[in-house]
Amino acid sequence: MKRLLSWLAVLAFASIPLWLNDPYLLNACITTGIFIIAAMSLNLLLGYTGQLSLGHVAFFGIGAYVSALTSLGFDVELFGGIRVVHQPWPVWTGFVLAVVIAGICGYLVGKLSFRVRGAYFVIVTISFAEVVRLVALNWVELTQGPLALTSIPPFTLGLPGLGFFELYGKIANFYLVLVVGLVCYVVISRLTKSRVGRAMVALKENESLAVSVGIDVTRYLILAAVTSAGIAGAAGSLYAHYLRIIDPDVFMFLYTVTMVIMVITGGKGTLAGPIVGGLIFGFIPVIARSFATPELQWILYGALMILIVFVLPQGIVPAIERWFSVTDKDEGRAKLEPVK
Amino acid sequence: MNMHPPGELSASKPLAPALSIEHIAVHFGGLVAISDLNFVVNEGEVLSLIGPNGAGKTTAFNVITGFLKPTKGRVCYRGTSLNGLKPHEIAGLGLVRTFQRTSVFQTISVFQNVMTGLHSRGRSSLWDTLLALPRERESESELKATTYEILKLVGIEHRAGNMAGSLSYGDQRLLGVALALAANPSMLLLDEPVSGMNASETAAFMRVLDSVRGMGVTILLVEHDMPMVMGISDRIVVLNYGRIIAEGPPAAIQGNPEVIQAYLGLGAKKRARD
Repeated sequence: MKRLLSWLAVLAFASIPLWLNDPYLLNACITTGIFIIAAMSLNLLLGYTGQLSLGHVAFFGIGAYVSALTSLGFDVELFGGIRVVHQPWPVWTGFVLAVVIAGICGYLVGKLSFRVRGAYFVIVTISFAEVVRLVALNWVELTQGPLALTSIPPFTLGLPGLGFFELYGKIANFYLVLVVGLVCYVVISRLTKSRVGRAMVALKENESLAVSVGIDVTRYLILAAVTSAGIAGAAGSLYAHYLRIIDPDVFMFLYTVTMVIMVITGGKGTLAGPIVGGLIFGFIPVIARSFATPELQWILYGALMILIVFVLPQGIVPAIERWFSVTDKDEGRAKLEPVK
Repeated sequence: MNMHPPGELSASKPLAPALSIEHIAVHFGGLVAISDLNFVVNEGEVLSLIGPNGAGKTTAFNVITGFLKPTKGRVCYRGTSLNGLKPHEIAGLGLVRTFQRTSVFQTISVFQNVMTGLHSRGRSSLWDTLLALPRERESESELKATTYEILKLVGIEHRAGNMAGSLSYGDQRLLGVALALAANPSMLLLDEPVSGMNASETAAFMRVLDSVRGMGVTILLVEHDMPMVMGISDRIVVLNYGRIIAEGPPAAIQGNPEVIQAYLGLGAKKRARD
C-alpha cells in the first residue's frame, strides 16, 4: 500500500511538465524540489538522530560554490605566493566534488558534536554557517564576493551514440531534480529502515541506553552528519547549475529556517514528512502571490505554520498515519507469525 | 536461543572468576562514593550487591560498565581490563547492564526496541544496506526471528506491536531486560530491577531471571527487595559507606550482626533466628 502510494507520487511528479506549461510555476517546482532535497537531508539529522543543525544551509552553499567553481575554474593566490590555477572541469565532476566536500565538512561538524550535543550543537552549526558565509563574501579572488559567480554552465547529459546534451531548459532541470531527489530518498529510506537507522533513533531516544546495548553512538551520529551534509551539497550543486548564478546569499539563515519549517510541519523522523512540508511551504508563496499583497503573503505563511504546529505538533504525515492507523507490517506480522 | 558463540558455555567452569573488581575507588571532588571496592563475580553465579541508599551500589555499576571512570583501581572481565574502554565497547564484550529507572526507547514499538537492542548482532555492512544486497534482507530476517524469541522469553510477545511507553510499569522493566538480553550478554548487571513492582510482577520477573540464569548468564544484581535477593543469590556482597562490610552466602549475611546494624535491621535478625 505504502509502496503503491510512493510510485503514484513519483508518477504524479513526473507528469507535471506534461500538463504544466507556465514557466513561472515550473520554476517554482524546480526550486521547491531542490529545497525538498535539502529538507530531506536535514530530516536525517533532526528527525532520526534528534540533533538540530541550524547551519544546514552551510552544506547547501558549500555544495553550490564547490560545484560552480569546479566547472568555472579559478585562479587564486594563497599565503606565501602559492598560486592555484584550476581549469574548468565537466559539470558532473563538480556535482561529485560538491557531495564529497560537503560530506567532509559534515564529518568535521559531526566530529565536533562528539563533545557537544543539544543547544551547543545548534550553536556550533550556526557559527559554522556564518563563518562559511563570511569566507564566501570576503574571499573575492575566489568567489567574486557579492559580485556573484556568473555564467555557471548547466548540467550536461551524455547519451551513448547521441553526444552530449546541455540540461538547459526548465523541463530538463525538473527531471534532473526529480531523479536526484529520488536517489536521495532511496538512500535515506534504506539507511533509516536498517539497523543504522535504528541506531540513530536509539541515540535520539535514550543515549545511555543505546550505549549500554553496544551501539557506538558517535559513529552513527557522524554517519548521519556526513550523509546529511553530502545530500545537502548535492542540492546546492543542483541549485547553482540551475540558477547559473550564485552569491553569498545562498548561505542565508532564512534558507535553513525554511528547511526546518518544511521538516517540522511535514513530520520529522518520517520519510514523507519533508516532501509534504516542502510542497506546502514551497508553494504557499506562489499561490499567495496570485491574490495577496507581499505583506499579506508572509502573514499567511506564518499563520499557516503556526496553525500546523499548533494543531498537529507531530507534523502532518504522522497525523495522517495515525488517522489511517498505518502500522508497520513487520510488527503486525510479528504478533501472528509462529516462531521457527 | 543461541546467546553465545558455541563452546563458550562449556568453557565456563564453576568458580572461574568472570568479573573482578580490583580495589576500585571513586571520589567526586571531596566526596568519597566508593573507598575501596574489591570483589569477584564467578562465572554462572548470581551475586547480589546490597546496602543502604548512597552506599555506592549504582556508582559501582557505572564504573563496571564504563559510564564512570574510577579514581583508582581497575575492573577486569574474563581477563580483559575494562579501564579506558567506552561503554559500548564493554557491552560488546558481553557485559550488559540495565538501568535503575525504566529505561526503554519510549516512542517506538516493543518490537523495534528489541530490534534496536540487537544492533551488534546484525551482519549487514553499510554497503549491504545502501545497495539492498541479499545479506541485508537475511540479516534483518534473522534479527526479526531473534527478536520474537527474546520477547517470548521475557513473556511480552503479545505486546510486540505496542509502543514501549504505553506498557505497564512491570512490562517496561521486562522490556528493559529484553533489551539487555538482545545485546547478547554473557553477564547481566541489573540495577534494582523489581523496585516498584507488585508481588505478582516480581514473581514473573524472577521466573525470567531463572531462565536467563539457566542459559549460563552470570548475574550481578543490585536490589532492595530482600526476599528476592535471599531467594535468588548464590552470594551477597554488602556495601556501606563505599566499602564492603560483609560477603557470603545468603544465610550467613542474614545472621551477620554488622549487616543487620547497617542495613537489614532487627526484624531480619528475628526472622533469621526463627
